[in-house]
Amino acid sequence: MEASTQSNGALLSLKGISKRFGPVQALNKVDFEVRAGEVVALVGDNGAGKSTLVKVISGIYDADEGQFTFDGEEVKISGPQSATTLGIATVYQDLALCDNLDVVANLFLGREDIAPGPGEVTRQLDETKMEHRSAELLDTLAVTIPSLRNEVGTLSGGQRQQVAVARSLLGEPKVVLLDEPTAALGVAQTAQVLALIKRLREQGLGVVVISHNLADIFEVADRIFVLRLGERAGTFGTDDTTEEHVVSAITGARTGQEGEQEGQA
Amino acid sequence: MSTPEQAAPAPAGAIVPSRTEFLRRFVQGDLASLRVVLGLAVIWIIFQSQNDRFLTAENLTNLMLQITAVGLISVGVVYVLLLGEIDLSVGAVSGLSAAVMTVLNVNHGWDPYLAIAAGIATGMAIGVLQGALFTRFGIPSFVVTLAGLLAWQGALLQVLGKTGSVNITNPKITGLANIFYSDTVGWIMAAVVIGIYAGVTFLGHRRRVAAGLPGVPIASQAVKVVVVAAAVIVAVAILNSDRGVPLAVLILLSFVAGMEYVVQRTRFGRHVFAVGGSAEAARRAGIRINGIRVAVFAISGSMAAIGGILAASRLLAVNQTSGGNDFLLLAIAGPVIAGTSLFGGRGSVWSALLGALVIGSISNGMDLLALESAVKYMITGGVLLLAVVVDAIARNQRQQAGRI
Repeated sequence: MEASTQSNGALLSLKGISKRFGPVQALNKVDFEVRAGEVVALVGDNGAGKSTLVKVISGIYDADEGQFTFDGEEVKISGPQSATTLGIATVYQDLALCDNLDVVANLFLGREDIAPGPGEVTRQLDETKMEHRSAELLDTLAVTIPSLRNEVGTLSGGQRQQVAVARSLLGEPKVVLLDEPTAALGVAQTAQVLALIKRLREQGLGVVVISHNLADIFEVADRIFVLRLGERAGTFGTDDTTEEHVVSAITGARTGQEGEQEGQA
Repeated sequence: MSTPEQAAPAPAGAIVPSRTEFLRRFVQGDLASLRVVLGLAVIWIIFQSQNDRFLTAENLTNLMLQITAVGLISVGVVYVLLLGEIDLSVGAVSGLSAAVMTVLNVNHGWDPYLAIAAGIATGMAIGVLQGALFTRFGIPSFVVTLAGLLAWQGALLQVLGKTGSVNITNPKITGLANIFYSDTVGWIMAAVVIGIYAGVTFLGHRRRVAAGLPGVPIASQAVKVVVVAAAVIVAVAILNSDRGVPLAVLILLSFVAGMEYVVQRTRFGRHVFAVGGSAEAARRAGIRINGIRVAVFAISGSMAAIGGILAASRLLAVNQTSGGNDFLLLAIAGPVIAGTSLFGGRGSVWSALLGALVIGSISNGMDLLALESAVKYMITGGVLLLAVVVDAIARNQRQQAGRI
């Protein structure tokens, strides 16, 4: 495992996070943690606070209260840049790729390699180096793309998702947040993306996946974190729970047994 | 599910486009420039068959001189189009900048180089202003530059004063459009251009091979170099058999090649394409998209000024119609005819040159045939429409093939 861990094993942990938008309490004293080499699924009904929680972690929203611990140290996250600097990468649902640029250009967008020598004056791109690094990166992730020089617009949805995930890894993050990575994908493409998520775990990254698809979650996640009405409605170990339990936690049908199935004990 | 391309695997480690692949790329517009070159050849054959003076060295030299100003303006327009924006002020800016240069040189006795610099600075400042208005207030570039078109035309009249026309006599300025190089100098330039092109091509190939990346086979690279070398040699031979290589053409080609390098090979150019492709994706990648936009409008204003200065040099004067008439529309139509998308993110600076050649050839040929203005305008309009229709069909083909 590349990422260091601390005594209780959490790479990123949030304590008592609250976020309020006017009269709406989007998050209410939520505790959340991800360990290195672990995939945590974040589930909940629409409006449960999943997106708010991810945006708090990725620095888009400032939490009203609560504390962050990253890699054993208490930190403050304010602004997307500070989250990126800590080593938290986010892949949003819309992927934010430029369809008119090729795979290499998209991977390195905003952090292009510059050619040494006279080319430095004009900030000439080092295409050879970038293509080489892209090939290596996609190779380690076992992502297969017909050609690195294909425009991203010509790729399938699954390939685009994989490019977006690969891009987030170029900054060498320790935690990766994936927002609905399998939404709108076909069966084969979903399998590709889930396989990629598993490889991220093998590389020792902490992975947080937002998803509505319980089948996908049960296939890939180690733990399932359920949010309901801005509060934590339970954490389940994937191995010792069932879809029924998770669904009832999401819908609140079994509020009396909240947190009972704590799978990490 | 086996399309021809998939069925025919390329030899390992090489990108060999098959004939069907080539045909597909041709139809879908990836090879838009080849399509335009073919169109240009057709146009030339038609005019030559109507009037055998068309393809003479003298007329081709004239043609090149005629397209210089519009071609230079188009170079800046390409950058704006790549962003998916438009700059309607380029014609007016070219006139105003030329007027500023001329008035400073003629009426105020400024050094010609200083006056030229002041003219270009005027264009650049206008570009920065328009770019800032566009980004700061989120006004569509169409409206900002439409306002600019009117305002800078007014400024042109103001700068020219009561006489409404100023003649240029300074040989440094008139020389821009009227200097021709000797045969020897022409051949030396040809050799340098071919040498640089061959060097860059083969060095790039060697680097890719050294890095273990799949490369285009060396044979097809060599063919490319030979074709370019032949084109350069033929062009210089034709120009030499008349008056020699004109400085104006050298200026145009230098800007086309230089600005193509910037847009294709540098980080700035990559970011221009990114903003044109998806501004939101570019912003999230940490690109300062408003900075890119202002810079592009500054380039557009500067290139308009340079084009205007060349036009003034050729006319030996600036007057109230400088940069007016169809200057603006031709400068925008050229790159679009030659395959630069109006929707941003697709195109090249070569399209500025190719488009100017197409429009220039039509206009020059029709002049030789002594057609009336009425006919000339309608035919030019028809060609623009035809080009855009062909482009739209290509777009459609791409989308049907699952490519955006």
